Amino acid sequence: MDDSATDTQAASEMLSDLQPILRGQDLVKTFGRVVGLNRANIELYPGEVLAVIGDNGAGKSTLIKCFAGAHQPDGGTMEIDGQEIAFGSTNAAREAGVETVYQNLAVSPALDIASNLYLGREIRKPGVLGSVFRMLDKKQMRIDSAQHLKDLGIGTVQNITQAVETLSGGQRQAVAVARAAAFGSKVIILDEPTAALGVRESARVLQLIHDLRSRGMPVILISHNMPQVFDVADRIHVQRLGRRAAVITPQSHSMNDAVAIMTGAMTVDEADQALGPVREPAEVAS
Amino acid sequence: MTTTATADANGVDLAGEFDPPGGLLAGVQRTLHKYPYLSPLAVLIMAMIIFTLLNERFIFAGNLSLMTQQTVIIGTLAIAQTLIILTAGIDLSIGAVMVFGQMMMANLAVSATASNVTLGGWPAPAAILVGILISTLAGAANGLLIVRFNLPPFIVTLGTLSVFTALTLIFFKARTIQGPELPNMMTWMGNTFEVGPFDVAVGVLLMFALYGIFAYILRNTAWGTHIYAVGDDPDAAELSGISTGRVLLGVYTVSGLIMGIAGWITIGRVGSASPNVAPEINLDSITAVVIGGTSLFGGRGTMAGTLLGALLVTVVKNGLSLAGLDQAYRVLAIGLLVIAAVALDQWIRKVKA
Repeated sequence: MDDSATDTQAASEMLSDLQPILRGQDLVKTFGRVVGLNRANIELYPGEVLAVIGDNGAGKSTLIKCFAGAHQPDGGTMEIDGQEIAFGSTNAAREAGVETVYQNLAVSPALDIASNLYLGREIRKPGVLGSVFRMLDKKQMRIDSAQHLKDLGIGTVQNITQAVETLSGGQRQAVAVARAAAFGSKVIILDEPTAALGVRESARVLQLIHDLRSRGMPVILISHNMPQVFDVADRIHVQRLGRRAAVITPQSHSMNDAVAIMTGAMTVDEADQALGPVREPAEVAS
Repeated sequence: MTTTATADANGVDLAGEFDPPGGLLAGVQRTLHKYPYLSPLAVLIMAMIIFTLLNERFIFAGNLSLMTQQTVIIGTLAIAQTLIILTAGIDLSIGAVMVFGQMMMANLAVSATASNVTLGGWPAPAAILVGILISTLAGAANGLLIVRFNLPPFIVTLGTLSVFTALTLIFFKARTIQGPELPNMMTWMGNTFEVGPFDVAVGVLLMFALYGIFAYILRNTAWGTHIYAVGDDPDAAELSGISTGRVLLGVYTVSGLIMGIAGWITIGRVGSASPNVAPEINLDSITAVVIGGTSLFGGRGTMAGTLLGALLVTVVKNGLSLAGLDQAYRVLAIGLLVIAAVALDQWIRKVKA
């Protein structure tokens, strides 16, 4: 991060006009008698990586599942790009430009890389072959898939027709992230992307997040892993008991502080929180 | 952005891990993983060589033609069974639905002057269409129970196996309708024509055409890809934006359609419409699919494999019979083939890159 503590003051002046790309206000979600979200707020600003951390049951997953279209909140409002939205399904969320990479990856192991990238939005051949015979344009999907992987700096995948199950955990995660990056036009949500990975593979996924950030893609990262969160996040949203406890930055607070906020041992005055954007729009453009 | 300035230079490089490990066995495993129909093909060729050595009549054109006709019922039904097993389902009612559709079309088309007839006298094309439609609806009913009420396919089709068997007996009694009582079109599927030294039945041609159509659908359409995805991991498919319920309902309905067509083919093959035709066809169709390299866990398999599996079952039965072996040995051989096929599938599934 370039943002040193000294110029955050000046930067925040310039950033104050920046509108959130994704916003949730007073979101409520209950499952029977279990309260998942209790008037939760969240804002994601253009070009930033927002980490969402919290104890088990704090409502992290529930919060992002509302924006992924997997849950429908019982109350509150959700906005994308200033427009109020309601996602009836995961497809509706995708059409609005929100792509989610789930903890369990949601890839189809027996299908090849290209088929997985285009799963649920296959492209058909032009002309009669596509319209009458419903023939898929496998060649085009393979070429595009290889390009998407290359765009993300995912090495030179020699065989795009390789079944995903023959890939390692980190490679599968890379395929899932590539799929999100290829189609996510507005926001990418990553739910515990490194939970099942080893140290080396985790590092690769973190590199992918860095790359997405450098491309100006807004990312929400759900994670339990404090060092990773402090490595990649611009701001850190701490979720506790179904609502936002605080928003901090890796510069303003330590990992120990974050854990203390998660457990309720520490509270942060609103004035000391990073509720607004901390990343300059100029950086977003580059 | 200092952190990502060098992102391209030290970007994630996965190339190294795509290099497959060596070893002959690992190579065989990877090849079979990619082309699951190779193992039934190899066994089929070996079996044909052995049976020809045991009895040269095996390879005569007459016997080869006969074997395609012996394959036609199980082969056609195995198409439906393959679609269902690819979704990690199973259909035990496949024969009962086929018989129900077959008896429906035969009873509609039987000449009105025949004895004990309540329906009858319909033109053959209408009777055939209604019979196929009834089978399609029966398949859709299976699908609806599985999708809407979230019931396991094994249990649902175990139930509908009894239901459709009973409905056949209730509506059509146990009466066999003989070929001569039926219009010619009803038994047309059994007609043969000469191609060189071979006698090719119309039903066999239709079966091969269906294999071609469904192989194309599985390989080249989005629906085909979705069938694999649903069988592979239904949750992942759903999260990828595939309506798994709609795919399953479609698969069971289309399978019903195939069972209806199989009913028509069966009347031609057998030369009559009997409620007791092919009593073991439910399990036989599963046998052909499994021997053909399709995984019972779903998401893996091909139409080509199933066709080879169905042919292999016939070849083994026919060949052992020509070699003078008792019926019991034919059953034993098929059983061993099934176990070998499932064991092979388990091994192939453990493939590592």
